[in-house]
Amino acid sequence: MAVLSKRVISVERENCVACGTCIKECPRNAVSVYKGCYAVVDLQLCVGCGKCAKMCPTGCMETAERGA
Amino acid sequence: MKTKKKWYDYLWIWSILFFTLGFFNILFAWLGMIDFLLPVFLAVFGGNKFFCNKLCGRGQLFQMLGAKYHCSRNKPTPSFIYSKWFRYGFLIFFLAMFANMVYQTYLVAAEAAGLREAIKLLWTFSIPFGWTYTAGSVPDWIAQYSFGFYSLMLTSLLIGLVFMVLYKPRSWCAFCPMGTMTQGICKLRQKIKND
Repeated sequence: MAVLSKRVISVERENCVACGTCIKECPRNAVSVYKGCYAVVDLQLCVGCGKCAKMCPTGCMETAERGA
Repeated sequence: MKTKKKWYDYLWIWSILFFTLGFFNILFAWLGMIDFLLPVFLAVFGGNKFFCNKLCGRGQLFQMLGAKYHCSRNKPTPSFIYSKWFRYGFLIFFLAMFANMVYQTYLVAAEAAGLREAIKLLWTFSIPFGWTYTAGSVPDWIAQYSFGFYSLMLTSLLIGLVFMVLYKPRSWCAFCPMGTMTQGICKLRQKIKND
């Protein structure tokens, strides 16, 4: 079992416009857009680097404590 | 782990090419219909936003200029911009302007109005664009639609550029009418499936 990062990205679905900016930013291919509705993060892959959050046009992504 | 660049990662070139071609011959504006129909087609039949996510040349252009070339302040987009009422309001406004453009085309086709060789920026400012068209080379309504469509594309590009500079590189995506429409379609599909 790989050691997981302390922080991950959480998505506020209500504000997500499903543009996919985050998909292209993620260095670990952890983000995808669920059926054109909102972004979802694969928590097994996410290391909480925050690159997606930095680019997100609506600011619906932020780093949070894992499991919080 | 960063994946290799795919062919569609270069579609920002298409975005520039579209405006360049139209600058010399307005009839190329018809090619912009691809950017209009493909996202809707993918949303209706595929139930995805593959266009926004992977294919949108404009999004890629904004991302490149804003992030790679530091042309963006990278400040948060004002929250009302991505609120539901503004996004859907802007979509309705955009569709109304599109309908008006189709109506103008109809008037020209019905010979109730003459062809205007000009583009209209921000639905207000008329700019002569006569050099891009040789009168009589195609039926007038085809040319009229080209001028209208080019205006629409250029106007939205300019708004997008302003938002790119002021806020996040892809702030335009937050209220892009095509984005709002395709996400709306996808959400509706999911709702129907779940009911």
